[in-house]
Amino acid sequence: MPDLAFIWAGLIAFAVLAYVLFDGFDLGIGILFPFLGSDAERDQAINSVAPVWDGNETWLVLGGGGLLAAFPVAYAIILTALYAPLTAMLLALIFRGVAFEFRWRALRKRPWDWAFAGGSMLATFAQGIALGALVQGIAVSDRTYAGGWWDWLTPFSLVTGVALLVGYALLGATWLVLKTQAHLQERAFRFAWITGLGTLALVGVVSLWTPLMNPQFMARWFAWPAMLYTAPMPLLLAVSSAVLLLGLARRREVAPFLAAVALFVLSYIGLGISFYPYIVPPTVTIWSAAAPHSSLRFLLVGAGILIPLILAYTAWSYWVFRGKLDPSAGYH
Amino acid sequence: MGLFDALTLARLQFAFTMSFHIVFPAFTIGLASYLAVLEGLWLATGRAVFLATFNYWKKIFALTFGMGVVSGITMSYQFGTNWSGFADRAGPVIGPLMAYEVLSAFFLEAGFLGVMLFGMKRVGPALHFFATLMVAVGTLLSAFWILSANSWMQTPTGYAVNAVGQFTAADWWAVIFNPSFPYRLIHMVLAAYLTTAFVVGAVAAFHLLRDAGNEAARVMFSMAMWMAALVAPMQVVAGDLHGLNTLEHQPAKIAAIEGHFETRRGQPLILLGWPDLAAATTRYAVEVPRLGSLILTHDWNGEVQGLKFWPRQDWPNSPLVFWSFRAMVGVGALMVFTGVWSLWSRWRRRLYEGVWLLRLAVVMGPSGFVAVLAGWITTEAGRQPYTVYGLLRTGQAVSPIDAQAVAASLLAFIAAYFAVFGAGLLYIVRLMGHTPRTDELDIEAGAPLRAAGIMSAPALEQSEHGAGSGGS
Repeated sequence: MPDLAFIWAGLIAFAVLAYVLFDGFDLGIGILFPFLGSDAERDQAINSVAPVWDGNETWLVLGGGGLLAAFPVAYAIILTALYAPLTAMLLALIFRGVAFEFRWRALRKRPWDWAFAGGSMLATFAQGIALGALVQGIAVSDRTYAGGWWDWLTPFSLVTGVALLVGYALLGATWLVLKTQAHLQERAFRFAWITGLGTLALVGVVSLWTPLMNPQFMARWFAWPAMLYTAPMPLLLAVSSAVLLLGLARRREVAPFLAAVALFVLSYIGLGISFYPYIVPPTVTIWSAAAPHSSLRFLLVGAGILIPLILAYTAWSYWVFRGKLDPSAGYH
Repeated sequence: MGLFDALTLARLQFAFTMSFHIVFPAFTIGLASYLAVLEGLWLATGRAVFLATFNYWKKIFALTFGMGVVSGITMSYQFGTNWSGFADRAGPVIGPLMAYEVLSAFFLEAGFLGVMLFGMKRVGPALHFFATLMVAVGTLLSAFWILSANSWMQTPTGYAVNAVGQFTAADWWAVIFNPSFPYRLIHMVLAAYLTTAFVVGAVAAFHLLRDAGNEAARVMFSMAMWMAALVAPMQVVAGDLHGLNTLEHQPAKIAAIEGHFETRRGQPLILLGWPDLAAATTRYAVEVPRLGSLILTHDWNGEVQGLKFWPRQDWPNSPLVFWSFRAMVGVGALMVFTGVWSLWSRWRRRLYEGVWLLRLAVVMGPSGFVAVLAGWITTEAGRQPYTVYGLLRTGQAVSPIDAQAVAASLLAFIAAYFAVFGAGLLYIVRLMGHTPRTDELDIEAGAPLRAAGIMSAPALEQSEHGAGSGGS
């Protein structure tokens, strides 16, 4: 019998990573929104993600729904522990999500521009805080959350919140480099420099801080022979950073976006190395939280068929809207 | 249970966020199918009016769908924040059903929505029609899975309980196709179609009252009234069958709905009254002798159980479901009446000119929403005091949370929902106020970007739909 809990941990991790990458760049557009120069630039920026944002956000629902299905007790503990940041995230996503359509229908765009920007920032910050709170550990007793209401709020979680804001802004900036031309692209290059350097600095801070949160994380990274497996990670991070900065310096359009994606993937794998095999550090493992085999097997059949299909038609949808935005054309 | 303890507040929060959410899918399930039919008719006949009507409703669909998505994400996380007891214990059964909804429905809708809204010129009519169909199929698949999950909570079958007290699936077929699911699915999909038909009918009637010759409005009105005439009577039959199914599996819910406290043969049908839980009797009852037994058992002398048959702590809130049920049935009767009247008008060839039918259709615009909300209040409040009927009490399902935390988030949801969805409703009504034209343009087009600020209505119309500058 294959290890279904392990497979499902991998699938949930994939869904969350897909969410971070897909929604990361369109939340990033929202974070950069107030710093764009004109209404025309804002229209172009938001139009570059209008046809795909809804699909991007669906990965968040899959992450939540998949966690409920495959690791119900982990879902119950984590969501209760992160009550405040997750509620803030949900409300923020409402404001930014409706802004895509509302700003074209309101008599005045400005309030919905702010809803889009503010919602994107708050949702991102809350996600970063949630990540930090999970890394620093959640108190559990008798299958339920046993901590207090403000446990999630620590200097570490605030730093991860800020790191995610800067990181999503980098994804957004490099996406705009890819999709736009002329003035807006110039501006996007500048944003990419600032957020790129900021992201690298914050990835460094969080990477050095994380092992201090938990002795197990420390052992994973700095004990022999585990180091043999973890040593390539900093090297790969260095390569991606170089590709990002060189790409920006040489004004490449595709390389910076791919390098930013690589930075996220590597940081994410790094977290996975620290976490494994815990799903709610420091006590609940993937095996102790896993749903019964009947549930895991039943859903795996569908996931095995449907996830490749989803990736195929998602790719098609991106292909349909490929290429540079025509600045003289709107989707609306 | 106190007035403002965490459990009550969590229930209020679920009821509030769910009531707002259900309004959107109730409309978009029907509207997605309507859009697919309109585009199909346009492709089959080439008549411009079908494309124009498609474009007109597509703009409204885009607004509504976005609100449905964001209000739905809240629901999928609320099971964990407020109902962690339920998530832990029922997650192994409910979780996979909801995950299948995400995988088979949400991604399908979202993946093809972009092409449907903005991609006509990029992919051509045939692929575009395929995208529209996929969005419509997605809304129906979504209804399939979420109603299966809800129905399992009402009539759980095919389950076992494991060592840590979790429900597990012993037989997935029995879980998915649990006894109340087919009835609930049909009843809800018909409700969604009726909701859309009455909204479309109201908008068309509003414009016909101003100009009975408006071709697009005539097409809309005719289609909407066919739906009312055909689907409203079907819904009466489906609702009756659903009720008999509930009597078989949740007799206490039926007793609460009917206001029956005593178990007896030849139950009356109580038309109006006030079920008094403390006194265990329905006051001021206006009743028809024996008709209750006839409807519920199809026998004048059939025995029908009353609430006293069950311990008092297992009673649902009878006054609430008594009245919400009557609201639903009353609205349904008005829908049938509207449909029949439209057949009569159509037969006399006065469908578009009869002012009183048009006025009734305008008033009936929100009727579907009222009926859907009343129906869901009936079935959900009627399930109480259980979350999983007969197995998991609502008090065991709630998270270990402080009342203050739930109260704060409830207030935040109330403020945000009224602001956001209030604005959304305003924009939708404003779009509906635009006169439908036979040259209604696509939202895509290569239109020049609009400047911000207030424009005159014709200028707004022009720039909103734009004269195509080529597109791609």
